[in-house]
Amino acid sequence: MSDTLSVLAVALVCVTTVVVGGLGLRLSRRTSDFYVAGRTVSPRLNASAISGEYLSAASFLGVAGLIYDQGVDLLWLPVGYTLGYLVLLVMVAAPMRRSGAYTLPDFAEARLGSVLVRRLAAVLVVAIGWMYLVPQFQGAALALALVTGAPQWVGSLLVAVVVAVAVGAGGMRSITFVQAMQYWIKLTCLAVPAFVLLALWMRSGGGVPTVREGWWEPFAARSPDDHPYYRTFSMMLALCLGTMGLPHVLVRFYTNPDGVAARRTTVSVVALLGVFYLWPPVYAVLGRLHLPSLPEGVRSDTIVIQLPGRVVDGVGGDVLTAMLAGGAFAALLSTASGLAMSVTGVLHQEFLRPRLARLTGGDAFGFGGFRLAAVGAVVVPFVVARFVEQIGIATTVGFAFSLAAATFAPLLILGVWWRRLSRAGAVAGLIFGSVASTAAAVTTYFGGPLGGWGEALLANPAAWCTPLAFASAVVVSLATPGSVPRDTGRLMVRLHTPERVHLARSRVPD
Amino acid sequence: MSPERSGVPARVRVTSSRRSALPATRARSQVLASDLDEQTGLGDVYLDGLRRAQLRLGLTVLGLMALAIGGFPILLALLPATRSMSVAGLPLPWVVLGILVYPAAWLLARGYVRQAERIEAEFADIVESGSIDQGGSARV
Repeated sequence: MSDTLSVLAVALVCVTTVVVGGLGLRLSRRTSDFYVAGRTVSPRLNASAISGEYLSAASFLGVAGLIYDQGVDLLWLPVGYTLGYLVLLVMVAAPMRRSGAYTLPDFAEARLGSVLVRRLAAVLVVAIGWMYLVPQFQGAALALALVTGAPQWVGSLLVAVVVAVAVGAGGMRSITFVQAMQYWIKLTCLAVPAFVLLALWMRSGGGVPTVREGWWEPFAARSPDDHPYYRTFSMMLALCLGTMGLPHVLVRFYTNPDGVAARRTTVSVVALLGVFYLWPPVYAVLGRLHLPSLPEGVRSDTIVIQLPGRVVDGVGGDVLTAMLAGGAFAALLSTASGLAMSVTGVLHQEFLRPRLARLTGGDAFGFGGFRLAAVGAVVVPFVVARFVEQIGIATTVGFAFSLAAATFAPLLILGVWWRRLSRAGAVAGLIFGSVASTAAAVTTYFGGPLGGWGEALLANPAAWCTPLAFASAVVVSLATPGSVPRDTGRLMVRLHTPERVHLARSRVPD
Repeated sequence: MSPERSGVPARVRVTSSRRSALPATRARSQVLASDLDEQTGLGDVYLDGLRRAQLRLGLTVLGLMALAIGGFPILLALLPATRSMSVAGLPLPWVVLGILVYPAAWLLARGYVRQAERIEAEFADIVESGSIDQGGSARV
């Protein structure tokens, strides 16, 4: 019974995604429709879409699981996910929209006039996108296997196919509708069962879970080698600065009509994320009460889906479980399609279109090429997710944030606010940041436990990689004033002048 | 919670469009906009003023945010009683990190947007009215 309802809920979410995506297809006619929804999305719709896209399996399942596992210290995680948008708002939201660029590589080239910087940015977008997609596919496998008993590959394949179809069919406009809808699906699916569970908890007279020492209290070291203050600081830095560098986040800001709308959209996003993140701790605390310990081999990521079945008997429990399974799938689908969309855009524009144009002998824009890129964007992480051992949804996502914070954050912040950023400086920042954070991730994954500060520094690299990247970009820029782009002044006018002031030459036509 | 106000000019009520009242200023306003457009020395001065004002506002907001989220662990470390203190039946750290931080972030974001739009409106007023009065241009 529970299985049937959950399968129905997952099927409903998948079918709605494809159908609403199909509606977008009928409206998508021009190239810019495919990339950025023709830039006519209102702040409210856009804010729902951004939140819907951002709240991934890591938020829906992973946050509650981690708090269940490790207690109050992991409450910082959703706080960081939300504050990332505050940093994005004050540092880049309006100027990015005014830059008139479609993608991060577009911005890099417009700002610095360098094909090398553009290529580096393109490679990083694809790397971060794929790194973030792998845990989404693994989460899909986990969720579907848990509620239906299906083999692991079924969930991943289902998500891969739905995402490739939705992205390839309608591009960004369809995805905007899909994402906006999915925020509200996710919030409902998480909040309604939580209300029921809380009401039952109150009726049964409350009750406090018995937990190990340090679960309730902040900054308790888990082991002698643990450095809780450093760990939390580094994680917060990665989340606050990494958000602006995630490819699927920034691309959505281009769909705002202007810079003012981009700012207002972001304020709504902060509110929507805050409302959502009130709920995962409820699952973590009630989970501790009703499921004091998990059986061997069951991951804490599953606590959200397991809880209603333990508390509510009969059909009621089945319905709540089905809601949560559907919500988890909505979370997976929306983040995966947003990521796939940005990776597809970059793959198509940077690597596929030039070659296709050479093959066909003209500069024809083929939607066929875009669809081919969509398949490529999904197949690679699907294969990796199948054959690489799972290392925890939130760990992989954490490294994606660290990489974004150490590469795109310096490029964007210095690019928007500092006139003296030079091409050589930008390249130095991107290379130092990406090499350092990749090396830290690889050492943590393949190397044995180091113990002590070495392990802490490598497991949470953002606290030293990000300042390193900023410093190298600044120092190299100051040393190479000759490679400051000559049209920096024009770019600054474009990025900062309010829309009300009429500029004949500095604006880009939409 | 609102950002520091000292660096930001006070609110100004806009009563009428001076462009329509004085034909002579229209020519001047086009000159200023094209100063920006052509990046003349004067245009650069204006734009740098705007950019610095926005950057200062942004850094102020980030500073407030860092103070709040960095200050909380320091408070917990300095006053160990707060680590297990309870507010309305819930432990203080859970109330702050699980609930209170979100409305605070939203208020800060809203305050930032208001200030940023005010800075831009004043900049646009100056460019459009074409008045190069010293007080105004020095502040933006």
